[in-house]
Amino acid sequence: LTVTKVGEGARAVPLAGHVGFDSMPDQLVNKSVNHGFCFNILCVGETGLGKSTLMDTLFNTKFEGEPTQHNQPGVTLKSNTYELQESNVRLKLTVVNTVGFGDQINKEDSYKSIVEFIDAQFEAYLQEELKIKRTLHSYHDTRIHACLYFIAPTGHSLKSLDLVTMKKLDSKVNIIPIVAKSDAISKSELAKFKIKITSELVSNGVQIYQFPTDDESVAEINSTMNSHLPFAVVGSTEEVKIGNKMVKARQYPWGTVQVENENHCDFVKLREMLIRVNMEDLREQTHTRHYELYRRCKLEEMGFKDTDPDSKPFSLQETYEAKRNEFMGELQKKEEEMRQMFVQRVKEKEAELKEAEKELHEKFDRLKKLHQDEKKKLEEKKKSLDDELNTFKQKKMAAELLLTQAQQAGGSTTLKRDKERKK
Amino acid sequence: MIERPETAVPSITQRNLEGYVGFANLPNQVYRKSVKRGFEFTLMVVGESGLGKSTLINSLFLTDLYSKDYPGPSQRIKKTVQVEQSKVLIKEGGVQLTLTIVDTPGFGDAVDNSNCWQPVINYIDSKCEDFLNAESRVNRRSMPDNRVHCCLYFIAPSGHGLKPLDIEFMKRLHDKVNVIPLIAKADTLTPEECQLFKKQIMKEIQEHKIKIYEFPDTEDDEDNKLIRKIKEKMPLAVVGSNVVIEVNGKKVRGRQYPWGVAEVENGEHCDFTVLRNMLIRTHMQDLKDVTNNVHYENYRSKKLAAVTCNGVDTTKTKGQLTKSPLAQMEEERREHVMKMKKMEAEMEQVFEMKVKEKKQKLKDSEAELERRHEQMKRNLEAQYKDLEEKRRVFEDEKNNWEAQQRILEQQKLDASKTMEKNKKKGKIF
Repeated sequence: LTVTKVGEGARAVPLAGHVGFDSMPDQLVNKSVNHGFCFNILCVGETGLGKSTLMDTLFNTKFEGEPTQHNQPGVTLKSNTYELQESNVRLKLTVVNTVGFGDQINKEDSYKSIVEFIDAQFEAYLQEELKIKRTLHSYHDTRIHACLYFIAPTGHSLKSLDLVTMKKLDSKVNIIPIVAKSDAISKSELAKFKIKITSELVSNGVQIYQFPTDDESVAEINSTMNSHLPFAVVGSTEEVKIGNKMVKARQYPWGTVQVENENHCDFVKLREMLIRVNMEDLREQTHTRHYELYRRCKLEEMGFKDTDPDSKPFSLQETYEAKRNEFMGELQKKEEEMRQMFVQRVKEKEAELKEAEKELHEKFDRLKKLHQDEKKKLEEKKKSLDDELNTFKQKKMAAELLLTQAQQAGGSTTLKRDKERKK
Repeated sequence: MIERPETAVPSITQRNLEGYVGFANLPNQVYRKSVKRGFEFTLMVVGESGLGKSTLINSLFLTDLYSKDYPGPSQRIKKTVQVEQSKVLIKEGGVQLTLTIVDTPGFGDAVDNSNCWQPVINYIDSKCEDFLNAESRVNRRSMPDNRVHCCLYFIAPSGHGLKPLDIEFMKRLHDKVNVIPLIAKADTLTPEECQLFKKQIMKEIQEHKIKIYEFPDTEDDEDNKLIRKIKEKMPLAVVGSNVVIEVNGKKVRGRQYPWGVAEVENGEHCDFTVLRNMLIRTHMQDLKDVTNNVHYENYRSKKLAAVTCNGVDTTKTKGQLTKSPLAQMEEERREHVMKMKKMEAEMEQVFEMKVKEKKQKLKDSEAELERRHEQMKRNLEAQYKDLEEKRRVFEDEKNNWEAQQRILEQQKLDASKTMEKNKKKGKIF
């Protein structure tokens, strides 16, 4: 959707006849009808306030759903999509219900799952929009276009849960507050209740959806309806015979509440405003206001800017390239760090092993030295033995010599004697 | 055939309405809002000088786009190809249209017309770039759509076929903009010549695989019949005129010849009415949609792919292009983390292995040294043992000898004693 200032920079020229471009709106409408429409409603409210019944009544059909119990541990969102057709208009309607809202003892986090759900739809759209090859034309838009906030018909004021929740949601979605099951409140009480609610919303700065008054054709009805907010509604899928017609109503012993009777409740007003008059505006607001806000915040969070420090505008390419360079730089740094760590470890280990090697060599050097000493000792011992041997040898030789001499000299006598003996 | 994007239909439950709801009024809401917003359209005309482009524009929009105060390009002689735009605001039936006419004076007029299409391509691309930048800003405000929605290409009525320049131009622009070829100054061709000419042109267009703008089929059979009729008349042969002439009591736009009046809006004289109806009254929105959904998306995806792949030409699978550049970076980050993990594991492995090797070596050398030491020790011990043995032997021998010596000594002593005794006894002789 683009919103342009018409005729900017153009000069007006008169036409000399019927050209035919006044069919442009029809061309556009035909395309839209062929393409089909899509609308997503979120119903927020405590269990038992008649959310499902109201949807059934609004769209004159029976949607899914069993009535939920009160014992849910947290708030979950259930969404269902339906294809509806009225005359030649096809509508893809998604109804999202908050299950378990307001049932817990501690309701501080109740709004969180709702906010998360809304953000998730924005995120999905944003992702699609950012893809390189994208198919926005056929994308099924799941962003919430309207949030019906169901207020319990206490008759007094808003609950703090209501204020907290609506405050968290008002910058993310179009909020239409409604008083549920309003057949429990009398007319005078209702007037006071509405005033109280409106003033509480204002004093807490809650921005609810205002029906647009900038288009003359609907400005009047819209501004009247704005003053009737919040709408006090009654829902029913049961029919009761009134006169000779079957009408949707709730039958009590004391009377029948007719849903489509504007004296009984604001159901018709809600239907008019929500569906028949402003559905397209709700879609447009969601896209041009709420989604843009989400997108802007998300992109800023990721570090995208429109202008560089010198206030010169970035082109898309520059932005992406800058981001990418930053990113690559980071990765490089990480890689470097890891390498450095390894280099360090290797160095350390090498030093360790070198130390071990040194020790080993020292040990063996010592052993070698010991060995050398032992060897020396052995050598000495050997030498001394040799010396003794030599001495002995000499002694022996000397003795032999003496003996030989002695034998030669007087040894012959013995020799003779021996000879004689032998004879 | 220009591919049109398909509308996805997910499986959703049908529901029937049991009464009035009111969303049948949605089209009216859309109508209302669109009128309030106003419309814009950019039309480009390309062709040699003198083919009646300005006249045709004036005829189409029933206005003097180019007047005395705003002279058209034909009044100016150009040396090179220019691209000029004129913006006008026209109103009709409560509908406002901002019409931008983009003219290309000088196109095809030079002697050497190589690359005369380049300024045209540059213009179209720069408008797409503007839109892309506006769309990609963080703070998006109004995004004026100045992209070229339609390009009317004027073919000279030679009667023969397309000129090389025509073919070249259309081939280069058919995937950037909706190209609608027109036979200009069709009043110089007889109906038969025109038929032949059209056939020839379409044949050449098909031969060169030029993708001209195609009319979409509709759900309506009646409409489809009309569309088929129009398709048979392509390319449309047009005549334009700023002059109003009276013919048979009627005031018509036409060209006065001695032999008659060629009426602009007469379907038997030329296809002007077909062009006008198609361009303005029935398919203006579709031309914008095709520009937005097909041509612009092509430009965008090419541009962004270049940015993310940083100019690296890859054979990346189509699947990767369906991500946004940011998701692409996330993916790259994850890939890088995995790569780093793997690298780390590998380095760790190599490290461990080297350490093991070194340790083993150390162990081996330790074992070797031990072994040698052991051997030397044993050697030494053996020597010691030898020595001991030798000593023992020696000791034994010495002791023996000494013992022997003592015996000998004793014998000697005894012998000398006996001799003494014998001497004394006189036994000595």
